[in-house]
Amino acid sequence: MALADQDQSTPVGPAGLSGSRVVQALLVAAIILTVLRPWLPDGLVRAPEWMLLPWRDWIDTVFQYVTFDLGFINVTRFLSGGLEFVLDAVANILYGRARWPRFEAVPWTVVASIAAVLGYALGGWRLALLTGATFVWAAVVGQWKWTMETLSVVFVAAPLGFLLGGLIGIWCWKSKRVEETVKPLLLVMQVLPFFSYLLPAVIFFKVGPTAATVATMAYSLPPMILMTTIGLKKVSPEVVEAGKMSGCTRWQMLRHVYIPSARSEILVGLNQVIMLCLAMVVLTAAIGMPGLGAKLLEAMGSFKLGRAFEIGVTIVLLAVVLDRLSKAWVVNLPEHFERGTPWWRRNIYLVIGVTLFIVFIGLSLMVSGMKPQPIEDAGFGNWFVGILDEVHRKEAMSQGKVYDRAIKDFLSLDAVTSVTGAIRYFVNVYILIPTERALLFVPTLAVIFAVTALAYRLGGKGPAILGFVFFCIVAQFGYWDRAMLTLHSVFMAVLLAVVLGAPLAIFASRSEKRAKRTILLCDTFQTFPSYVYLLPAIMLFGISPVTVILSILIYTMVPIVRYTLEGLRGVPPELTEAADMSGATRWQKLTQVQFPLAMPTIAVGVNQALVFAFFMVIIAEFIGTRDIGQEMRRTMAGTELGWNFVLGFSVVFMALTFDIAINAWAEKRRKLLGLA
Amino acid sequence: MSDAPVISAHNVWKLFGTDPEGYLAKMPQGRSYSDIQADGYIAGVKDVSVEVAKGEMLVIMGLSGSGKSTLVRCFSRLHEITGGTIEVDGQDIMALNEKQLIEMRRSKMGMVFQSFGLLPHRTVLENIAFPLEMRGQDKHDRRERALEVIKLVGLDGREDYFPRELSGGQQQRVGIARSLAIEPDIWFLDEPFSALDPLIRREMQDEFLRLQAMLNKTIVFITHDFDEALRLADRIAIMKDGAVEQCDTPDKIVLNPATPYVAKFTEEIDKARVVHAGTLARPDLAANGDPIPAGTTIHELARQLVDDDREALPVVSKDGVIIGGLDRRQALDILLGAA
Ligand SMILES: Nc1ncnc2c1ncn2[C@@H]1O[C@H](COP(=O)(O)OP(=O)(O)OP(=O)(O)O)[C@@H](O)[C@H]1O
Ligand SMILES: [Mg+2]
Repeated sequence: MALADQDQSTPVGPAGLSGSRVVQALLVAAIILTVLRPWLPDGLVRAPEWMLLPWRDWIDTVFQYVTFDLGFINVTRFLSGGLEFVLDAVANILYGRARWPRFEAVPWTVVASIAAVLGYALGGWRLALLTGATFVWAAVVGQWKWTMETLSVVFVAAPLGFLLGGLIGIWCWKSKRVEETVKPLLLVMQVLPFFSYLLPAVIFFKVGPTAATVATMAYSLPPMILMTTIGLKKVSPEVVEAGKMSGCTRWQMLRHVYIPSARSEILVGLNQVIMLCLAMVVLTAAIGMPGLGAKLLEAMGSFKLGRAFEIGVTIVLLAVVLDRLSKAWVVNLPEHFERGTPWWRRNIYLVIGVTLFIVFIGLSLMVSGMKPQPIEDAGFGNWFVGILDEVHRKEAMSQGKVYDRAIKDFLSLDAVTSVTGAIRYFVNVYILIPTERALLFVPTLAVIFAVTALAYRLGGKGPAILGFVFFCIVAQFGYWDRAMLTLHSVFMAVLLAVVLGAPLAIFASRSEKRAKRTILLCDTFQTFPSYVYLLPAIMLFGISPVTVILSILIYTMVPIVRYTLEGLRGVPPELTEAADMSGATRWQKLTQVQFPLAMPTIAVGVNQALVFAFFMVIIAEFIGTRDIGQEMRRTMAGTELGWNFVLGFSVVFMALTFDIAINAWAEKRRKLLGLA
Repeated sequence: MSDAPVISAHNVWKLFGTDPEGYLAKMPQGRSYSDIQADGYIAGVKDVSVEVAKGEMLVIMGLSGSGKSTLVRCFSRLHEITGGTIEVDGQDIMALNEKQLIEMRRSKMGMVFQSFGLLPHRTVLENIAFPLEMRGQDKHDRRERALEVIKLVGLDGREDYFPRELSGGQQQRVGIARSLAIEPDIWFLDEPFSALDPLIRREMQDEFLRLQAMLNKTIVFITHDFDEALRLADRIAIMKDGAVEQCDTPDKIVLNPATPYVAKFTEEIDKARVVHAGTLARPDLAANGDPIPAGTTIHELARQLVDDDREALPVVSKDGVIIGGLDRRQALDILLGAA
């Protein structure tokens, strides 16, 4: 961001002058405090004990009061009962859990073929192939049950999130007051660490799928709410007027005019809900949710890289499929049929789906009739039919061991170990450890001053005051050192992501084709559940601080590359042509024209990267960090909500400071450049 | 035409801005459009008083942005007016509650929108049947009715198309058909034929004229096309900067423009095609011989006016009563342009 900072010092009015004074004063104060640190009394280095308010106890007290004295727990227990019932029913159908309605598990062939038909209906044969193949893969490698366990939660959480988010979105659109209340809440929700969703979910709802569903759903709400509100606001006024003149009542307006007209945005919201649900349900392994997430965690924990890799592939495939399906639905606008098209032709997909369903169910019933005989004796025909019902453990074509060997062989090649070892050593010893030490050395107050100065520089007075207050709160939450370690990982990773991602984006922006491909790639990567990003990092660097940074780095590269690319491509061609005509070199054009104009967009990318990083750094607790994530992990064992929330909000306040400041900057900048 | 007006608007104001009511209450008399604009408000409708009689077709004309659509939106209470009163069938529409308003729109009003306002997710048929559906009509009936008007606007065969699968003109016809389907007593047509080709446009105009004559509909019609206005209008209202400059019969507007703006606006028009013999007939002027019908335009009388050598020609109304004499010189001046 150095580039734009230089040319930015010009647009400062009289108020801005005193502004830069404030920034200077704050920075000087921070430096003086840091230099004087060895001689400072302890109370000035870290917030002294007596200043730390007993937030934990307060939160716990409120929580106790609401939960037990007001009887909130009864409400959630009741809800939890209903939710469990639904989850069990879905689980019974998908993988035969012994619950009502006590069907056998639907054979995998049925699920795969119906999924393929759905894919065909929405996106043609390519999507059908992708969708079908994904489910076939899951069955064939012997991960069917885990996949279904994971999906059963998605199938319940996503519709719930969709409905609830949609309703809140409608409410926000209806009432300005509600919107103003909900907006900041959504901001907080988007940066609140996932562990802070998990613990309350566990406390209020039953451990396992129920809590997993609730936490997952809650996490997926914000984008749904936002998209619904945006969509409803965008409905063309004449369409609304046409509805009014047709004599619609309020309900008819909503039902027949607004919601159908906002279809695209609402479906984009649904897409986000589904993707977040999948990403989060994988993470709920931490609260005893079985399925792909739990198995992945297990495999990574015992360093079974081949297995982990296979599971990772399944998760990624599922993510891509769910993403493509829901996006295809967004663009799939209805088309008319010719007159006299017969019924079966109009509903062709339904017909094929039902046919396949009947065929495979029939086959599987045949199989259950002959189950008692051992499979080896059943002859090929029967065996084949049997496979169509269920892939048994022995028949699974999992190559976990083989991949494991291959990966480990590769990683133990001298060439590889020496490179990864060298990188690990270098990054650790020369970058991470010194910067970390330095950050921990700096007195709390100095950090607060520096952050305030940064926020002032970026966003002006408002964001600066907020940043100051937020960081003071973090300081007196009492987990300062851990917070600084978290901040350190986040900053280092995002910094590296910018250093590596920006040149990549510049390179990609040079040709239309490359740019398109890169954006497609980014879109695909963005759908991957965050857990998956830990995998390559662990493979390469084992369990080390470098691994943490690397996994965050990969995860945050995506928004950096994407937004930088979009920013650069968004520069109007007249301007670059004007620069060409002025005889600018490529470099001059880049630094003088393209980057300044692209900066607002790039800033949004950096902001998203920071938010992602704050998310990932907590997840990376698993690799063995010493920061807030690790501490949060410990809260998960008990029911200490106060502790969990204090940690969670330490992250929220830090993340929000940057989020607000950067957004304010991007907004200001955009206005200034007339990009609006 | 009966006596009680269907729509009667008195001193209607519609201001756009942050606090229009507050501003209007404090606004001194005689602020001009640009004064108001300088104060940060846009006068969409500025102190307008008009009445529309039953069975009348009032055509509103004016430049782009002069407030035509806004005025019509006020009549149908799609806009809450800032000041003044609007009565429809003697009922102050601003006093209606939500339920009554919905009832009034369902039972009396129809509107064709300038940019169509079609529901994107509904087929042609479903769009047209939409108002019927909203008032809870039986599915079978509304389908039948919708098919009827689809034929009327010449869209048969496209019932199952979606709006985005249609051309602009076809979309506009869906909008027209939607309002035809309910046959409202009061019709608001905002440039309803702007996207149609001349042939269909003429057909549609005839259709509306037929409906108006047959069913005695009241129509407020916005257009930019003077020929269209002349063909259709009982009276024309000319708007400028939110205000109605003049509201009168076409004859009077071209003969006696109330303001220089109206004069300029009508400058290009061939007056002889507009002015009727009846308008020029003066009761004090005695004339003999063969009478001419009051409903013919000067242009249609051109040959006779030139050939005839009488000073004045008797003009006879539809009922066969002599209403006065036509000064031949005056008529010739209109025909040939004043010397
Ligand atoms: N919702 C609104 N908010 C603010 N200003 C408006 C609004 N609707 C109309 N205006 C303003 O009121 C004025 C009149 O607009 P209106 O749409 O009535 O013009 P018009 O005569 O119908 O023009 P056209 O022939 O282009 O349709 C314009 O200056 C317009 O900008
Ligand atoms: Mg208009």
